[in-house]
This record gives sequence, C-alpha cells and structure tokens, in this order.
Amino acid sequence: MKTLVLVEHEGGKVKDATLATVTAASKLGEVHLLVAGKDVSGVAQDAAKIAGVGKVHVADDDAYGHGLAENVAPLAAQLMADHDAFLAPATTTGKNIAPRVAALLDVMQISEILSVESEDTFTRPIYAGNAIATVKSSDAKKVITVRGTAFEKAAAEGGSGTIETVASAGDKALSSFVGAELSKSERPELTSAKIIVSGGRAFGSSEQFHALLDPLADKLKAGVGASRAAVDAGYAPNDYQVGQTGKIVAPEVYVAIGISGAIQHLAGMKDSKVIIAINKDEDAPIFQVADVGLVGDLFKIVPELTEKL
Amino acid sequence: MKLLIAVKRVIDYNVKPRVKSDGTGVDLANVKMSMNPFDEIAVEEAIRLKEKGVATEIVAVSIGPAKATETLRTALAMGADRAILIQTDDDLEPLAVAKLLAKVAEEEQPGMFILGKQAIDDDSNQTGQMLAALLGWSQGTFASKVEVDGDSVSVTREVDGGLETVKLKLPTVVTTDLRLNEPRYASLPNIMKAKSKPLAQKTPADYGVDTTPRLTIVKVVEPSKRQAGVKVASVDELIGKLKTLGVVA
Repeated sequence: MKTLVLVEHEGGKVKDATLATVTAASKLGEVHLLVAGKDVSGVAQDAAKIAGVGKVHVADDDAYGHGLAENVAPLAAQLMADHDAFLAPATTTGKNIAPRVAALLDVMQISEILSVESEDTFTRPIYAGNAIATVKSSDAKKVITVRGTAFEKAAAEGGSGTIETVASAGDKALSSFVGAELSKSERPELTSAKIIVSGGRAFGSSEQFHALLDPLADKLKAGVGASRAAVDAGYAPNDYQVGQTGKIVAPEVYVAIGISGAIQHLAGMKDSKVIIAINKDEDAPIFQVADVGLVGDLFKIVPELTEKL
Repeated sequence: MKLLIAVKRVIDYNVKPRVKSDGTGVDLANVKMSMNPFDEIAVEEAIRLKEKGVATEIVAVSIGPAKATETLRTALAMGADRAILIQTDDDLEPLAVAKLLAKVAEEEQPGMFILGKQAIDDDSNQTGQMLAALLGWSQGTFASKVEVDGDSVSVTREVDGGLETVKLKLPTVVTTDLRLNEPRYASLPNIMKAKSKPLAQKTPADYGVDTTPRLTIVKVVEPSKRQAGVKVASVDELIGKLKTLGVVA
C-alpha cells in the first residue's frame, strides 16, 4: 500500500505531529509525503530526512502559503490517484483539510486513529474517549487523521527520501488568509511537552492564573494548559485548552490544579503517564484518575510547591 | 441572506456514556439526549446574524430518528424560522450526512451553512468540511468570530497555535467552536410558539442519496481504566512522591 502523509509545517520547520503520522502510515505501507506551502524547499529537504520516507511531493506556490483547505485539498485529492491512503495529523490543520480530501474522493474518513489493526481496520476514540471503537473501512482509498499521542514519533533524521516537484493545482479563489494571532511562548508546546501544569477556574482571574502557574511551569520547564472553564472565563487563551475538543496531550507528568475533572477534560489528558491533582474538593473526579492527589487551597499550595521544588 | 443550520440529537454532555456489555456500541436506552452543544452555538450564531439584519431567514435541518423533532423544536424555540427533518433510524456517517445537507443546500440556496465543528458522540469533526467540498464552497472551521461584509465573511478560527482569520467568499460553510457565543435559553412563550412553526418531514430517499455505511463497527470497548493513586497530606509529601516517581531530582 502506498500512503501519502500531509506534512504540517510552520516557519520553515516540520512540526512534530507529522512524525507520529509517519509512524502510523508506515504500518500501512510505503510512506510518501506531501509538502504544500510557499518557499518550502527547506521543509521538503528536512521532510526527506524523516526515517522511512520514500518520496516527498512538493508543491510550492502562493496558493498554499497559509495551508488553506480550499486549495490544499484538491491538490492532495489529485495526488491520491497514485496513493491508497491519505494520512494527516489530527491537529487543527489536519482536521481542517482531511475531511475535504475525503469528500473529494468520496471516502468516509476515519478520524483520530489510536492504532492500525490492519490495512483496513483501526481503533478510534468516541464519546470523549469513554469508548474505543474498532472500525473497518470498505472504501478503496483510506483517509485518516492520526492522534499524535498514540504513536511514537518517527526519527527526524536518517531517512533519504527523494524530492519530486508537483505542479500547483492553483488558487481556487474561495478564501484568503487575513492574519494570525499566535501565542508566543518560550515554553514547550503542549502536544510535545514532557511536563504540563494545567489550571482551572479555581484560579479566579487571569492575573492569579499566570502569577501562580507561570513560576511553577518555569521551575519544572513545563508547558501550561487550562481547562475549558478557565479558557471560557478568559484566564488563558484558547490554545491552552486541554480536552475533548481542545488539545489531546499525554505528557510524562500532568499537574492538574484547581481542575475538577469533567469527562471532557479527562478525555484530553488521561493518557498522561503520571497525573498529579491539586484541588480543594476531595470528591473532585480528577482524584479518580490521579496518581498523586493533594487536597487543599491552591493559593497556598502552589507557591509553596514552587518554592520548595 | 438565508442561513441553514444543522443540528444533531446526541447524548447529553453531562451524561457519562456506558459501553454495552456485548461490545456493539454505547448504551443510549433511557439516557438523556440533547442538542449537540456545538450545534446550539450554530443556532445562536444564526439568530445573532438575523438580529443584526444580516440574515433574513433561518432554516434548521436535522437528520435522525423521529425524536430528532424535539431537537428541531428546540432550534425553533431559540429562534429558527422553520425546520426540516430528514428521518432515518440508521446511524448515518458524516459523508452521508454531508451529501444530504448538500442536497438541502442546493434546494434552499443559503448564503451560509452553519454547523457545530463536531458532534460529541462520534467526535468525527468532518461533516462541515465535507459539505463545503461537495458544494465547492469555502469553509471557516472552528470559528470563534464571524463577521459578514458584503459578499464575503471574515472568520476567526481557533487553531493550535492561537487564532487565525480568513476571508471567505459567500456562500460558505462555517463550523462553530466553543468561544463563538453563549447560546440562549428558549423562553416559555417561544417554546409554545415553536410548536406552530413549519417542520417539513423528509427521508434520505427523497434526496436520492446513497447512505450505505462505508465503515463497519467491529467492536466498541471501554478504554483501559486508570487506578486512583494515593492522596498525600502536604506539599513536602507531594515532593517526596514526585521524587520517588522520578519527576523531580
């Protein structure tokens, strides 16, 4: 089977989510990559070095400069004439593009797979991860998004793929990029952080959220996450949200502070290796999944913890 | 402009789903069902666009069992003008749903089709994007802000790195994210009024769409459970535990 993996890139760099997707693709067969963007020869060269990669298809055009689904999907669909499966990371980029590719190919997408059981059978979470479904696809071609935390990352070095230029499928003139407000942070990205400290509504304000969590995160060299409640209340920006519809994370250590543990939040972090919970309510559901729990006032505990670490 | 919105009847978001012991799915018998929360946001956004004078009519569509009528009545009570139920007892996949919605769009010719970004039952996050592809329209997924300006709409999207704004040609498909708005509750008089709003009954066959599933569910199981660990009494004990676990040196 020949697979085509959508390379997610930003600022001239291949993003980590791509590497896990390559691993999933390699379980199906030969791995080819699609790099679509503007001025992406560097990205293509880096992509060709990913272990196990065969061909790298590169489409360099203004139309792909901001990854607009309206332009990238027809390009991918066109390349699928010579491939059997299209895989994209289950990131906001992949989720935006892959279903559009699937519809163009008249294929039912398999979203956010956790494992490859065989060429046509996969497992995926449903109901916020409260159930795991094994699904078998009867479509001749497969379109799949891959949950990054469920697969090991392929090595970024060691491969020797060949680079092939693909003609642009053109600008469909349906959409254009206006601008982006991306959070700038020196901290590790949530989806690749080894340690995450995450805060909930109990912090009471944006000021207290940052005044208490940031120093702890600095001490632990951790990424900072938040519950939906904290994001809705404006304590943290949307890209901090961990949960069913936010980011899915599985760090070595997840420290949930002032987070009660709604099923939607647990869906985003329960695969973390070690979960630590700090909450004033001893009956909070978060303690049912935590390896270590501490009941108490976060306004006392967090500064003390930061100081003593 | 006319707005179409799609609403799905799903398990209430406060209910913890239970996997059936025979492994065929999730037990939905006698479970509270509600409108998919993301679809409520879609309904609310449509109503706000109408209140602003941008939209003239709101048509709510649902595909599902006879009981999905209740979901449509909720949309009507919130402020939609009329509704279409495409009735089926089969569990349709996003591709089939998108094909049916595309047919409705061809009939109704809306300026915008607003849907929730995903349903909280199958968590697929596909229907809106597929619908846009089938219609050849632009798409504004995971929207946190929607501003119509003449023949285009500016949509701010919640993306992994923060926020991104795109300008989309109309007609377009928008899928809602959590921060787009806070849906209103229907008032009692509006719930009463909704009962007399028009609700058309259709079937997938009326649209000539083949809804044969492409995926077979082999089995559904519960995820492996985490064991609750230990509770510690002080920060010092917590740090001690962290050291044993190798988290801190």
